[in-house]
Amino acid sequence: MAHVTPDIRQVLADHARLSVDAATLDERADLYQAGMTSHASVNVMLAVEDAFDIEFPDSMLKRGVFESIAAIEDAVRTIREGAAA
Amino acid sequence: MSAVGVEADAAFLQSIRAIATDVAAQHADDVDRDARFPAETIAALREARALSALIPADLGGGGVSFEAIAAGCFELGRRCGASAMVFAMHQIQIASIDRHRGDSAWFAVYLREVARDQRLIASATSEVGTGGDMGRSVATVTPDGDGTCTFEKQAPTISYGVHADDLFTTVRRAPDAEAGDQVVVLTRKEQMTMEPKGSWDPLGMRGTCSPGAVVSARFPAEQVLPAPFALVSSVSMTPVSHILWSHLWLGIATDAFDRARAFVRAAAKQKPGETPASAVRLSHLMSELSLLRAEVSSALAQYVAELAHEDGESLQTMASALRYNNLKIATSEQAPRVCQGALGVCGIMGFKNDTPFSVGRHLRDTLSACLMVANERIHQTNARLLLIAKDV
Repeated sequence: MAHVTPDIRQVLADHARLSVDAATLDERADLYQAGMTSHASVNVMLAVEDAFDIEFPDSMLKRGVFESIAAIEDAVRTIREGAAA
Repeated sequence: MSAVGVEADAAFLQSIRAIATDVAAQHADDVDRDARFPAETIAALREARALSALIPADLGGGGVSFEAIAAGCFELGRRCGASAMVFAMHQIQIASIDRHRGDSAWFAVYLREVARDQRLIASATSEVGTGGDMGRSVATVTPDGDGTCTFEKQAPTISYGVHADDLFTTVRRAPDAEAGDQVVVLTRKEQMTMEPKGSWDPLGMRGTCSPGAVVSARFPAEQVLPAPFALVSSVSMTPVSHILWSHLWLGIATDAFDRARAFVRAAAKQKPGETPASAVRLSHLMSELSLLRAEVSSALAQYVAELAHEDGESLQTMASALRYNNLKIATSEQAPRVCQGALGVCGIMGFKNDTPFSVGRHLRDTLSACLMVANERIHQTNARLLLIAKDV
């Protein structure tokens, strides 16, 4: 599977309104502490669904799933593997 | 639930009903007229150890269920809306602290003190400059370097602040933290100064005594609740607030309905054999009340089930936020509708403030419901969540 991080960084750069540069942010850094509001997080969720052509089930639509680049990457991977299985 | 739990719940509710009838009801008009704190009710609740009812028994509390606390809010609401609101708000802080204290030794000791001394907790969650958004703070915890911290917060309202022993306050985690990166701090009266701002002469819920204040506090760092406020809010504070508030609004609306029913019965007795015209209005009103009751009880049942499942994990989802936001919006609109319907049944006898059928206080108290976190703000949040949530 292709590495999904570059696309996620682009989505964050476009929608997360971080107070730091999404391109160089540590993948474990807390996005909310980096300035992502709950308002912006919804736009990030929509953009991730669009960028990867996936749909997050309700059980994954929560703060913790979108709290870092690594966490979003895990979530995208989980859905893709679920679809492939 | 265990037999001990059932017994504790029954004893608790029996004492709450007695306090509601014997104390809260007796002073409700006076509390409302003078916009004064319902001191007699709160003293009676302390005497009955009701302020620690929700605290686990192993910390010296009553160990009653959340359902019993909700039923207590309903019972008090039937007799004095302001007393019920003070009781409900205190229980919201207790529920939040107990659920999110983790292995903090300080908060375990603190809950024991609440049980021993029946301490009353107020909260300062709104703030000047955040546009009514509880998820953002201007005020911040500032560490002093020696283990103590400070904050200063301008709160537009603090319900019963000057009558409380302790205060539960949302602030940013640190001076360099973003507005949404919040924690909650529990401070004692002797650790704070509270400079009142503005007056308190509102339309309803007058006994909650909720003027604004500037709060300054100095406290040890261990008095910061370990869990981030975002988690406390989604799992506990928001759903618990909406559930307990809606129970007391239902209580107020139920008493308004009961007064309307008493009015219709009195009219029927005057003309035996005829069904009074007001009886038909009462029938319409009953269906409005039953809608309110259904929404309140289904939300409580869902919350209790969600909490019991995987440690409340599902409460963090957007679908769950929508559920309990909708409870607040729906019940805050339906409760005054029922009270106004009761006024329609009772007519001038309901409009006058000094008859057995008076429902003016009920109507005014429930009109506060749509403002306690403005419904329009909640609609804006819901609108955003609906863009992404799937099954709602």
